[in-house]
Amino acid sequence: MSEYIITTEKGKWEVICGLEIHCQIISQSKIFSGASTEFGDDVNENVSFVDAGMPGMLPTLNKECVHQAVKTGLGLNAVINKYSEFSRKNYFYADLPQGYQITQFQYPIVGEGAIDIDLPDGTTKTIRIERMHIEQDAGKSIHDMSPTKSFIDLNRAGVGLMEIVTKPDFRSPDEAGAFLRKLRSILRYLGTCDGNMDEGSMRCDVNVSVRPYGSDELRTRCEMKNVNSVKFVMQAIESEAKRHVETYEADGDIAQETRQFDPATQTTKVMRKKEFAHDYRYFPEPDLPPLVLSDEFINKIKSELVELPDAKKTRFIKELGLTAYDASVICENKETADFFEKAAKGHDAKKVANWLMGDFFAMLNEKKLELKDSPVSAENLGKLVELITSNVINGKTAKDVFAIMAETGENPDKIVEEKGLKQVTDTSAIEKLIDDLLASAADNVAAYRGGKVGLFGWFVGQVMKQSQGKANPQVVNELLKKKLG
Amino acid sequence: MTDLTDLTISESLKKLKAKEISPVELTTAYIEKMKNNDKYNAYVTTTEDLALAQAKEAEKRYANGTNRPLEGIALGIKDLFCTKGVRTTACSHIIDNFVPQYESTVTQHLLDDGALFLGKLNLDEFAMGGSNETSCFGPVVNPWSKETKLVAGGSSGGSAAAVAAKMCAAATGTDTGGSIREPAAFCGVTGIKPTYGRCSRYGIVAFASSLDQAGPIAKDVTDCAILLNSMAGYDAKDSTSSKVDVPDFTSFIGKDIKGLKVGIPQEYRPDGLNKEISDYWDKAAQILKDAGAEIVSVSLPHTKYALPTYYVIAPAEASSNLARYDGVRYGNRKEGNGLDELYINTRTEGFGKEVKRRILIGTYVLSAGYYDAYYLKAQKVRRLIKNDFDEAFKKCDILLTPTSPIEPFAIGDKKMLENPINMYLNDVFTVSVNLAGLPAMSLPIGLSQNGLPFGMQLIGKAFDEETIFKTAYQLERGANFVRM
Amino acid sequence: MAVDNDTVRRIAFLSRLKVEPDKLEETKQEFNKILAWVEELGEVNTDNVEPLVSVNNESLTLREDDVTAGHMSEAVLANAPAKEFGYFVVPKVVE
Repeated sequence: MSEYIITTEKGKWEVICGLEIHCQIISQSKIFSGASTEFGDDVNENVSFVDAGMPGMLPTLNKECVHQAVKTGLGLNAVINKYSEFSRKNYFYADLPQGYQITQFQYPIVGEGAIDIDLPDGTTKTIRIERMHIEQDAGKSIHDMSPTKSFIDLNRAGVGLMEIVTKPDFRSPDEAGAFLRKLRSILRYLGTCDGNMDEGSMRCDVNVSVRPYGSDELRTRCEMKNVNSVKFVMQAIESEAKRHVETYEADGDIAQETRQFDPATQTTKVMRKKEFAHDYRYFPEPDLPPLVLSDEFINKIKSELVELPDAKKTRFIKELGLTAYDASVICENKETADFFEKAAKGHDAKKVANWLMGDFFAMLNEKKLELKDSPVSAENLGKLVELITSNVINGKTAKDVFAIMAETGENPDKIVEEKGLKQVTDTSAIEKLIDDLLASAADNVAAYRGGKVGLFGWFVGQVMKQSQGKANPQVVNELLKKKLG
Repeated sequence: MTDLTDLTISESLKKLKAKEISPVELTTAYIEKMKNNDKYNAYVTTTEDLALAQAKEAEKRYANGTNRPLEGIALGIKDLFCTKGVRTTACSHIIDNFVPQYESTVTQHLLDDGALFLGKLNLDEFAMGGSNETSCFGPVVNPWSKETKLVAGGSSGGSAAAVAAKMCAAATGTDTGGSIREPAAFCGVTGIKPTYGRCSRYGIVAFASSLDQAGPIAKDVTDCAILLNSMAGYDAKDSTSSKVDVPDFTSFIGKDIKGLKVGIPQEYRPDGLNKEISDYWDKAAQILKDAGAEIVSVSLPHTKYALPTYYVIAPAEASSNLARYDGVRYGNRKEGNGLDELYINTRTEGFGKEVKRRILIGTYVLSAGYYDAYYLKAQKVRRLIKNDFDEAFKKCDILLTPTSPIEPFAIGDKKMLENPINMYLNDVFTVSVNLAGLPAMSLPIGLSQNGLPFGMQLIGKAFDEETIFKTAYQLERGANFVRM
Repeated sequence: MAVDNDTVRRIAFLSRLKVEPDKLEETKQEFNKILAWVEELGEVNTDNVEPLVSVNNESLTLREDDVTAGHMSEAVLANAPAKEFGYFVVPKVVE
């Protein structure tokens, strides 16, 4: 792709960016306690004595969270570490009841991995994953309910998180955006995280630095915490990189600090300077012995793994003949891919893809419906395409039939049958229509034969009109050409 | 009629089953003793009414034959065990108003077996101390004190004193660096710290998670076995609790020890060891020899480093475990301007001096730049200390040592107070056991010239409490110690 | 590694404890006494020694993913020094 280079009067700069993504694990109960992970319950209702950090309470590890983490690690093409340890990250905060977060530090459950991202210009790039570990989420502090107090709800405290850390492989906002979309797609395929950034179930920290283009130096990086949409992540990288360039070009220095991105102004501002940096005093969690996974445990998860977007995309291109672009759009979302596969079964897959990405999505958009609520079923979309490819109806009729399907949810075969929309391919019937037309429009026939070939379309239109749109346009074309000489 | 509180648990159970005595009578006798002996400051909370109600229930059960293994036995509970609906303070101001809404696993086991609780027993604040002087409720007085008030040892000082002064049939204790064994020795009673993982830590206020272990303090070895039967067992709520089968510990009582190899670790006999203690150590070895055991000399070369190792690891874990006491969800709060000030005011006011000292040390040894030099180093030495025991146990089945290098000292002793390290040194014979996760028992061997009790310690292999009980019972018989 | 007054202040803040200025010197000295004592560990050769993390050799047991606790906010809040509308309350946190 075209490189992302910040060019100023003084020089050219390159952006270096890495991401840390916190993903809430889908599980019934919390990672270290038996309280529910349900979102939206009453205040402090999904809280156990463990979550509230009561004296003498101890953590117990949820098997499902480990399962989900291994699954995710496999989805990131990463090394699964059979030995991992939990550690305590110590700091004081109102929504951190124990005064420490149980996380993984030196020995994470998932090691290095990599995923490929598709860039807008059609190329792909590999982004390396540094590691992924599991940990507990904090509770929620609510600051806007009173001018003098903050309110603490611990419902979220202890929900399982996966923290995915990438290598600093991003060189443009587009790459980071493509990565986040790809990651979200993988997590949703796996069913390990719902990936909703706006609800906070996926949260992103962005590390940015810049360097003179062509150099390999490493300059000070700044971290922007909790950027909560793909768009904002891209904007944050852009604005932060710009700030670094401007600072360096004005002979200034960038301080290592934590910053916050403000979407309203599209700028970042400092949250925490280095001198206030935490000293987290990590040490092995003495309440939890090391986690040792058996080959059996890992292999079972491997064997149950669903087909992931890349594999599906490759298959759709190779076996179903889709273009790379269509395949990647359809595979981004598992529900879409499943719907497509069902619709395309036994039919012309490329045509099904066109219909899906064209009229079908337009219809859903217009009706503001989710795929799962579509009035047109996958089977019926397939049948509609079949009616076209087998010349039972023409493309124009198909659009009308589709409109009826979108209203009624009816089977297209039935609609075509009942409304008598089958196209006429019987040459004798069409021939009769043409003969009648040519007889009644002698002037135009003469004009055409005299060189006004542009009139051909008018003849086609007239025949189609007479057939109430049911004539096969190809047959009409051929016969007209013959008869007009 | 004899004083019912003189009876051991095994004797009481016999009489209760034979209906020679009633649970209400027995409980009333203990309550009487609690009142008469409140000068020892052993209890910080009493629950006589609850206990009497439970005693009445026990009476019914004995009548209808549904009595459970500890039916009607009156216990005292170290105030580090969370007891549902009964104030639990860890003897710290910071939570001196805390009423748990849950029961610790160990006390639940005891309740399920029919025991009843007379109240909560004094301890060093958060179990940090060796003399019970750091308690926010003031020190426990050793019942053996003559003119001068002596310490009962710590941290389970209330437990040991209450058992010695017959203010309960037995008590629960916890042991992180000697907190069951040292006060047991100072008060002339018997206590066992089982193998790490034997008893669930669920519901016990944590001091140092990788070292803490609960155990009983009782009048004799047999009673310890009876109680440990109830207290021990795997608990899914504590990920460090062990799945190793729990045997009937009472079945080892009275078993002979012929051919048993008893190891004497040479490093536990430094120059200048108190002569009386040294003599009693020899006497204990002789008793075991007379019972058929063989005495062998063994070496634990890293013994010297056990205390420094302990005083890195235990404060480190404590600094983290005590972070939750912040005045937000429970306990006392001292308001401040902003969250950090609230934390600082709450914790500065709520914690006592020794606890604060250990939190600071613990924070330091874990902080950036010092972790490797202190904490990691200590963990490595901890491995070497454990390896020492593994080697020693290739040559012997059990180790015999004194429990403490000194006899009970005066409350407010200047030497102990002016330098915390002097106090820490009292744990010299006990901390290695916690670092290695091994079981160990202290039982009284005799009195000093000052008329104060000395304790001997038996250290077993991991999960081999069997050998400890067998050996301890023989030693107890041979020592013929006269209880208070 | 003797600590200075700044270190004591920093460690005190990390611990959320206050060391009064007039106690700073005393605290520092006590700190250094204890540190000097534990530094005896430096004598021990620990090359190639694995740190002992857990004396328990059994590996971590995993819990089934069942909801077994919750819906007891009253009990959770029972000991709270300040609570309103079912929340724990702290002084306003300015972020």
